[in-house]
Amino acid sequence: MTWFGKTPSPADLAAGDEKAEALLRRTWSTPAGVLAALSTVDHKIIGRRYIATAFVFLMLGGVLALAMRLQLAFPEARFISADRYNQIFTVHGSNMMFLFAVPVMEAMAVYLVPLMVGTRNIAFPRLNAFSYWIFLAGGLLLWTSLALDTAPDVGWFAYVPLAGPQYGPGKRADIWAQMITFTEVSALAVAVEIVVTVFKLRAPGMSLDRIPIFVWSMLVTAFLVIMAMPAIMLASSSLILDRLVGTQFFNPSEGGDALLWQHLFWFFGHPEVYIIFLPAVGMVSAMISTFTQRPTFGYLPLVLAMIATGVLAFGLWVHHMFVAGLPRVGSSFFTASSMAIAIPAGTQIFCWLATLWDGRPIFKTPMLFIIGFLITFVIGGLTGVMVASVPFDTQVHDTYFVVAHFHYVLIGGSVFPLIGAIYYWFPKMTGRMMSERLGRWAFGLIFTGFHLTFFPMHMLGLQGMPRRVYTYPPELPWAGLNLFVSLSAVILAAGFLVFFIDVLRSVRHGPPAGPNPWNASTLEWAMPSPPPPYNFRHIPVVESLEPLWTSGEALPVATGLRLDRRELVVSSVTAGEPEARESSPADSIWPFLAAIATSIMLIASIFSPWAVVWGAIPVAITLTGWFWPKQTPEDES
Amino acid sequence: MKERIALDLSKLPPHGMGSASLTFWGTSAFMLIEGTGFALAIAVYFYLMSLAPQWPIKAPPPDLLAGTILTLLLLLSVVPNMLVSRWAKQRDLRKVRAGLVVMAILGLLALIPRAFEFPALHISWDDNAYGSIVWTLLGLHTTHIVTDIVDTVVLACLMFSKHGDNARRYGDVEDNALYWNFVVLTWLPLYGCIYWVPRL
Amino acid sequence: MKIAPACVLLLSGCAGAQSALDADGPSALAIENLIFLFLAVCGVAFVLVMGVMTWALVRGRNEPAGRPQTERSMGRVVAGAVVATFLVITFLTAASFYATPSLDRGKADPPTILVRGQQWWWQFSYLDADPAKTFQTANELHIPVGTDVRLRLEASDVIHSFWVPNLTGKQDLVPGRENVLTLNAAKPGVYRGQCAEFCGLQHSHMALLVIAEEPADYARWLDVQRGLATAPTDGEAAAGKLVFMSKPCAACHTIRGTEAVGTTGPDLTHIGSRSTIGAGLLDNTRGSISAWIADPQTLKPGNNMPLVPVTSEELRQLSAYMKGLQ
Repeated sequence: MTWFGKTPSPADLAAGDEKAEALLRRTWSTPAGVLAALSTVDHKIIGRRYIATAFVFLMLGGVLALAMRLQLAFPEARFISADRYNQIFTVHGSNMMFLFAVPVMEAMAVYLVPLMVGTRNIAFPRLNAFSYWIFLAGGLLLWTSLALDTAPDVGWFAYVPLAGPQYGPGKRADIWAQMITFTEVSALAVAVEIVVTVFKLRAPGMSLDRIPIFVWSMLVTAFLVIMAMPAIMLASSSLILDRLVGTQFFNPSEGGDALLWQHLFWFFGHPEVYIIFLPAVGMVSAMISTFTQRPTFGYLPLVLAMIATGVLAFGLWVHHMFVAGLPRVGSSFFTASSMAIAIPAGTQIFCWLATLWDGRPIFKTPMLFIIGFLITFVIGGLTGVMVASVPFDTQVHDTYFVVAHFHYVLIGGSVFPLIGAIYYWFPKMTGRMMSERLGRWAFGLIFTGFHLTFFPMHMLGLQGMPRRVYTYPPELPWAGLNLFVSLSAVILAAGFLVFFIDVLRSVRHGPPAGPNPWNASTLEWAMPSPPPPYNFRHIPVVESLEPLWTSGEALPVATGLRLDRRELVVSSVTAGEPEARESSPADSIWPFLAAIATSIMLIASIFSPWAVVWGAIPVAITLTGWFWPKQTPEDES
Repeated sequence: MKERIALDLSKLPPHGMGSASLTFWGTSAFMLIEGTGFALAIAVYFYLMSLAPQWPIKAPPPDLLAGTILTLLLLLSVVPNMLVSRWAKQRDLRKVRAGLVVMAILGLLALIPRAFEFPALHISWDDNAYGSIVWTLLGLHTTHIVTDIVDTVVLACLMFSKHGDNARRYGDVEDNALYWNFVVLTWLPLYGCIYWVPRL
Repeated sequence: MKIAPACVLLLSGCAGAQSALDADGPSALAIENLIFLFLAVCGVAFVLVMGVMTWALVRGRNEPAGRPQTERSMGRVVAGAVVATFLVITFLTAASFYATPSLDRGKADPPTILVRGQQWWWQFSYLDADPAKTFQTANELHIPVGTDVRLRLEASDVIHSFWVPNLTGKQDLVPGRENVLTLNAAKPGVYRGQCAEFCGLQHSHMALLVIAEEPADYARWLDVQRGLATAPTDGEAAAGKLVFMSKPCAACHTIRGTEAVGTTGPDLTHIGSRSTIGAGLLDNTRGSISAWIADPQTLKPGNNMPLVPVTSEELRQLSAYMKGLQ
């Protein structure tokens, strides 16, 4: 048992490789059983859960979209009542933004970032477990409320005074505001984990200029989350205070202001778009390199463009308020800044086109989704330039033109790359390939269905059809296009159905993938698929941006980490030089208990402000239990 | 994939201190989140002020005494706080224990003038938007003081237990001291906002 | 004066009632031109980018990827494309700034009409220095053609947005704030608009009509509206008036010249002269008035008009009275 207590020399290692690996596995693996499943802190297990849950929410949100399209297929239709419809579009929007788009992108990072930077677990893995349970609780809260016919009905933007105490009776808006708290807490937690993982847990030698672009994109995204989400936390807390204890933040007759809500909401809401889009930039950059078999062109410009987008994202929020009656001079500034975002976006597109130009495109399913992304996102970007113009926006604001625009940006710009990314990384996550044939069908149906559904909405908007209407009169010339859109939505839904079928089928029956089925260049492809609990048998030593392409026959690795406890390498922020070994927390049930205590406190606070006071006690107890040392090897130093 | 050994990490320390500690970076990230929250709350204060015909709305400016005592107390607490941090770096268990007890007491003491600050505002949170924002600013900061007191008490208990003499614990003490400095630092602009801006 | 006839052809399906692409006022026309300019420029950009992408995907490759000289020349092309993007964006920003003043026509004039958005109808108050000449109407805004008409926009409950796309862009009505909007119709006509900011349950049924008239017709209309309600001439309508005054109707509605002075609902002094009822919900006929009074909550669920029990006889009398209030 030479592995205990003392660190092995390279010579020991070669001799005892198999024994060492068994020990590593025992140290890092999650045992079977319900309690162990609730206690696990393995970033891969939590990442998979997160991704699967987010896709369930996508499917549910899609069903709501189909319900809305059914109601809008005919003028003055009565399939769905006004009240139900308002709940449905509110839950659809809130669900897609807070329960699908942001969590799924962070979930991909939870799974991939530790693998891509060459470490064995994410930083603060218990916080990671906690964030998943809190996210799940927030999702259950929203969907349960819809099932009970008391879902929020004030739009995903919850403008006051409609969402305020006077015009939003019942508990509907409170449920919305607390759902926000749940998802923001979980998003912020993951953002902190990602920042610290990327800053401090990179493999030796991974200097700033060797960080994969996807990891860069998630780093910028995490900072956007950290800077933007406090705004919505403050906004939703003020709303709940106005509603529950009678503060006057948004009441104009007592010195409050309705537009204050909009400022706070959009100060978060616009960066939110980039929180969803930038991870997709990273995914496209990662995949395009693999499917052209050359490095992505323009590493530095791409990274700088993402940082520029992240900074600019905070200077755009007023373009959601161009018709609210703010001074024109201010609005003009926001026109210019909103237009300026086209420059980093253009830079990204041109770099990808250059990569395609010089490489040899391999038309596998992920590549098809990249092409679909390029076509769709360019349209969405150009309509974005249009709505940045104040006069243009006064006509299309709050119409179906904007509905078309942001679905082009969010589905085209984010979901297409995401589906491509699922096809791309599925072999890594499950060890099995997805079906190329079904993948092509899914792409064809999704791409065609998407454009047939959303392109006509541009025209409907210019024709004067406002958003968020549950019906429209027959004498207006909107009926034909609406029926067409509703029928096309069925094609889009069929595409997603094929995709889901492919996922479910391939999990069990897909052909085995092997470690690196696409001949990709980054570290997550260096280990078997699916990755063992400890990720890397030895922590890799990184010598280039494409370690798997440049290291030849054998990957350079480092030895010397203890095998009998969970241990990681901490490295310096810029150069990636190893500074210390560090233990990584063991599995624990406390994050789950803390999440339950927190959920009870937050949900009870909808009904009484005192719940915050009494509910804080169990939360404090569970947190203390969480951090109290358990005399495991991880506590040694 | 085949591997070749290029580096031996066994000589590295088994726990990172200072900027090599993960909790240091985690604490910093959370301070960034909360700092952004404070900054936005202050922005809301000035936004509401810019809309109001007079400020404060239907209330005299808050009484200075309690808030000023608290400010002085907080500033004073930075000295023992820095000392605790230094002793933790030196791994001096006895001094750290004593320092944590002092810090916990100082934190609890700070709650006394804080309790008098709320009535000193001369307005209730539900009177008008001015009342709402000053109560929120004060409440937000009080939550931070309470959180840090709980953290300090738990840490003090740990330091008196068998788990105390451990590099990891000393790191936690340093991070806790860092966080207390943050709590003091964020109070200064809030103090200026709540007590002095209405007097301008 | 269309900038890109090709786009007009492409989007010809878009023209029609309540459309941003069927401008009938100087402000809407300036925006429409801007829209076509943006569509043309962005259309060209899209075609160029897609062309390059297609070429990149289908071209045959002879040399291996990643040669230093290819990298260098691609770098130059990408830098050029970024500069071109910058120039196009600057041009479009300038075009947008150039069109912005058209939104704020007649800025110096004081507003002459107060628009108050309510859940879920529009109240229009025609302001005049002489209080005897001010009056209120609902859901139907009359304006003279060829004149800048200034609207003061207010909301009494939640945020609404005033939008008549054929005349100009939209502007929100925000509680506690006062916004101003200028309307100018180039030719006589009826222009439909509707609330564009989600305002609750019946946001979908909050339409309005702007009726632009020649100055003489407009002056005649003003005269009629300023006058008190006409007394019912036939027996049925007179009976209807009695019903109106004895039931709760008068608690919410005003009919000037009678004892009905409620202010919760729309002013009905000249309800008979309007072309729709229920904020654009139904054509204003005796039948639809009866239907509305008989069951407002089925026709427009959640609206603030309560169900007032009346007999079918009373219903006929009420509708005769309402229709007679010309």
